[in-house]
Amino acid sequence: MITSRSTYRQGFDPVSIKADFPILNREINGRRLVYLDNAATTQKPITVIEATRRFYTRYNANVHRGLHTLAEEATAALEAARREVAAFIGGVKTEEVIFTRGATESINLVAYAWGQHNVKAGDRIVLTQMEHHANLVPWIALAKRTGAELAYIPIDDNGYLVLDRLSEIISSKTKIVAVTHMSNVLGTINPIETIIEAAHARRALALIDAAQSMPHMPVDVRSLGADFVAFSAHKMLGPTGIGVLYGKESILADMEPFNYGGEMIGEVTYDHADWASLPWKFEAGTPNIAGAAAFTPALDYLEKLGMDNVRRHEHELTEYAIERLSLLDSIRILGPLNADHRGGAISFVDKDVHPHDLSQILDQHGVAIRAGHHCAQPLHRRLGLVSSARASFYVYNTRGDVDQLVYALKEARGYFGHE
Amino acid sequence: MSDAIDSLYRDVVLDHYRHPRGKKKLDKVDFRNSGKNPPCGDEIEVELQLDHDTVKDLSVSCSGCAISVASGSMLYEVIKGKSIEEVRKIARVVKAMLKGEPYITDGIDFGDLDVLEGVKKFPVRIKCALLSWTTLVDAIDRAQSGNNSGMSTTE
Ligand SMILES: Cc1ncc(COP(=O)(O)O)c(C=O)c1O
Repeated sequence: MITSRSTYRQGFDPVSIKADFPILNREINGRRLVYLDNAATTQKPITVIEATRRFYTRYNANVHRGLHTLAEEATAALEAARREVAAFIGGVKTEEVIFTRGATESINLVAYAWGQHNVKAGDRIVLTQMEHHANLVPWIALAKRTGAELAYIPIDDNGYLVLDRLSEIISSKTKIVAVTHMSNVLGTINPIETIIEAAHARRALALIDAAQSMPHMPVDVRSLGADFVAFSAHKMLGPTGIGVLYGKESILADMEPFNYGGEMIGEVTYDHADWASLPWKFEAGTPNIAGAAAFTPALDYLEKLGMDNVRRHEHELTEYAIERLSLLDSIRILGPLNADHRGGAISFVDKDVHPHDLSQILDQHGVAIRAGHHCAQPLHRRLGLVSSARASFYVYNTRGDVDQLVYALKEARGYFGHE
Repeated sequence: MSDAIDSLYRDVVLDHYRHPRGKKKLDKVDFRNSGKNPPCGDEIEVELQLDHDTVKDLSVSCSGCAISVASGSMLYEVIKGKSIEEVRKIARVVKAMLKGEPYITDGIDFGDLDVLEGVKKFPVRIKCALLSWTTLVDAIDRAQSGNNSGMSTTE
């Protein structure tokens, strides 16, 4: 697939990649910016920035409505992005690629448009203890609306899912199993093949939150056999405000729409409307056209690098970072310590310095990390924490960035570590 | 390191953070209030023991970042023994100081509080420093209005 087109097979060079990202030239507090908050959002290469500019300077128009040149070009850009996504995620049909505002809206779409009609009182919704609020709160709300119950696949103290009782947790009453592919806190890459199989064995659907995996490793939606997959463009070099819901055609076809309005209709009279065909049935109103136009070059960029290479690069960086962080006595890393089992989102706590203070001091050294609960409050509670600090990598990060992180963490100790 | 960050994490602040002064059990509690900033997880519990119009004793328990814990600890030292009127005045001054607005201290002893001045250069941290003060003032408001329930926040 994608990697066969890679031109970076031999030398994946983050330093030359960095040069494609104008923002990384910024200085913060007099230091070179070391951007390590990629799990929150990634920076954009110049091609993505230029595509946004080109859209507004050359062919801004609404889609699917006009017969003029600009409208045709805008429509073509939107549908080209859809084809690109369909290819990128493993060669699915374009009917199965729905543009949303992002992973959060994708999951809400399923919880409403599918959940409301297929989940009843007494049914079960299965999640894991490591879900992001985006893959938690929509299901809590659905359970409340329908009277269904929630069940959680537990985690162990090392941040791995415990699958011993999987067939019990995914009971015969289970209607859907919604699981993150890669934890945004622990970094854990979950064995979703096993979970999808267990869900299907009970005739339950499987939704994969791929917000953290799609940007960082090859994900072949078709061979996984997931029923729904959600992710966001902004976490994979693309613009904010656009994301994807993949859904199996047969399931989407049976679903009621999510939003109602223009673009998603077939024929409308004063008291009746029928729906447009897939995928437009789920895309009411004017979509994020500029976002789609800029998503395409983001995917192109990743394809050119090759997702295998992206994963390899981050694996190496993660291994290096864990090795270096482990040498700091006061730091405890959350989640798996083996880089084979995790992605490059590394959360940690310092025994003396609160995450917010760490983040503040790191910022003085130009190092941008995240501090807080990372939209996973129940997980932090499960770990006995309120918050943590998180460094997360992407294609442009280098060992030098990790070194700067470690240096700044030591500086923070200078303030807090001793009396 | 930069002057700004040095003025945020002054030794006095770090000392209050390491050894928060107001964490204790009161034998009698007249009013209690808790505050929370959910996005960052900072939490505080304030208990007041009043003698007519005077805060005879109080306890302040904070869990959170250095700024919120230190602010709560300084609050304890400054507020103990003050009249409710003085407490309100001090809280107003602290708020003004944190927001970079003008204020007059009016001869009141502010203890270590002036070190919080460094926080105003870091707008996102102002809510950390304010949490204990808002929680305290809400406690007093509720005490005076007889409505002793609720949760405070500076988010
Ligand atoms: C695992 C996970 N799921 C879902 C989301 C939600 O993504 P978005 O905010 O782009 O909708 C995020 C991002 O914060 C995430 O890390």
